[in-house]
Amino acid sequence: MTPAGVLAASAASGDLFVAQNVFFGVIALVMIVSAIRCVTTRNVVHAALWLVLVLAGAAAQFILLGSEFVAVTQVLVYIGAIIVLFLFGIMLTKASMGDDDSVAGEKRLMAGLVAVLLAVVMGIALVDSYSDTRVVIDEPQRFAAVSDAIFSQYIVAFEAVSVLLLAALIGAIVVARKE
Amino acid sequence: MIGVLSELSYWQVTSIRVVAGLVAVLLVAGTLVYAHLFKMVSFMQSRLGPMEAGPYGSLQLMAEIGKFLQKEDIVPRRADRFVFKAAPFVVLTSTFLLLVVLPGGPDAWFISNDLGIYLAMAVSSVSVIGILMAGWGSASKYSLLGGLRATGQLIAYELPLLLAVVGVVIQAETMNLQEIVLAQANGEIFGWGVIGNPFIITQFAGFAIFMIAMQAELTQTPFDMPVAESELVTGYMTEYSGLRFLLFFIGEFATAGVFSAIAAVLFLGGWYVPGLDPADNLFNVIGPLVLFGKVVLLTFLVFWVRFTFPRLREDQLQRLAWKFLVPLALANIVVTGVLKVVV
Repeated sequence: MTPAGVLAASAASGDLFVAQNVFFGVIALVMIVSAIRCVTTRNVVHAALWLVLVLAGAAAQFILLGSEFVAVTQVLVYIGAIIVLFLFGIMLTKASMGDDDSVAGEKRLMAGLVAVLLAVVMGIALVDSYSDTRVVIDEPQRFAAVSDAIFSQYIVAFEAVSVLLLAALIGAIVVARKE
Repeated sequence: MIGVLSELSYWQVTSIRVVAGLVAVLLVAGTLVYAHLFKMVSFMQSRLGPMEAGPYGSLQLMAEIGKFLQKEDIVPRRADRFVFKAAPFVVLTSTFLLLVVLPGGPDAWFISNDLGIYLAMAVSSVSVIGILMAGWGSASKYSLLGGLRATGQLIAYELPLLLAVVGVVIQAETMNLQEIVLAQANGEIFGWGVIGNPFIITQFAGFAIFMIAMQAELTQTPFDMPVAESELVTGYMTEYSGLRFLLFFIGEFATAGVFSAIAAVLFLGGWYVPGLDPADNLFNVIGPLVLFGKVVLLTFLVFWVRFTFPRLREDQLQRLAWKFLVPLALANIVVTGVLKVVV
């Protein structure tokens, strides 16, 4: 997801992807502003709606990198399911209009600290592992290639995740049932 | 057609596609409102329907639009202004994005790649956010209840909708809607290929599930609890007036058209008619019209059901989705998968 990857690809193929770089900047700006508004707004519903913009921006960045499958999955899973679940839950329980001062009050300092720590650790880990790797984008990633990889190379991980999901599903039913 | 398109620059092709998209949304929505909502239901109820504006009332739609445009755009005092105003546009954006994957002929398409039906299913779920925004932003109990009902319903019926499509994807071996059309055009039913292989024949269970789930996704009767007028006024649209109500209204009928078009592409062969070569250049001209004809046919079914059946109860609605449609769709996938490998 780094601009370095796109730049390296354009350097490798000899021409500069001007449009891609411009749009990367624009989308990244929108994502940063939305992310900051998401944690600073005092209205829970607004926070969820700002989060929609952040996730949509991430999907757009994946499209710029030619990873269509990941981009569409991002929209389907995060925007179409998880955010809708958030909003649904908020509106069923507590959906007051206007600002609510109890949101993000005294925990602000701790939250900021955790966020900075996470950013530093993940940033160092990513730079350390991938700074020498260059992403080459010749053409959009084919769906068939993704499914081939999942069902051959990563089959064990895939099956493990599906068993985990099944366990979570059964667990949710057991917890929800009162007898 | 190809020759003309390849001589145009990128922005010219893009503007042609934008105009085509606008026409496809507005013209289809207008036709559906006039032919089905104004006329068909009137004939079913032994009355004439609108007759004054234009011949046979054909300009009634223009009169309605004029009426909505001159009405005041009222925002309730306690409403969240921005969320309230943005909600209809979110719903309409989802409709326009759905349109992008539809093919209208061998070269008449917006995008033709692997995304296809997967993208359509993903962006159709974005409209839920617009409905929740409208329900919450109106600061009205009717709207909030309508929004919550709509969301519960759309989540429940998205699953059978997606699972019904999987059978077609297995049989066509692609998610690209253009290639799904070609698979039906070039297909054979046990070696007999005169009419190709429209998947409505081999995937009839999938087609039935898709149409039922589509009816619920469009919140048409018998699945119209979110806008149940005897309980919730008009649900999440209650506080809207003027232009923004019109946008919701157009969105409702345009989405009915686009979903029917997706059903036509998946199950009725899309822009293809039997007897011609699918690579024929003629299809670039008549393809969109053929698709439009199939859309009118399928939306006729949708509105026929809408004006015939009474409203379901909330628990009946959820039971139908989770206990009947989802297992049936899963069984359809298993059978299709086994037959695909064996045959």
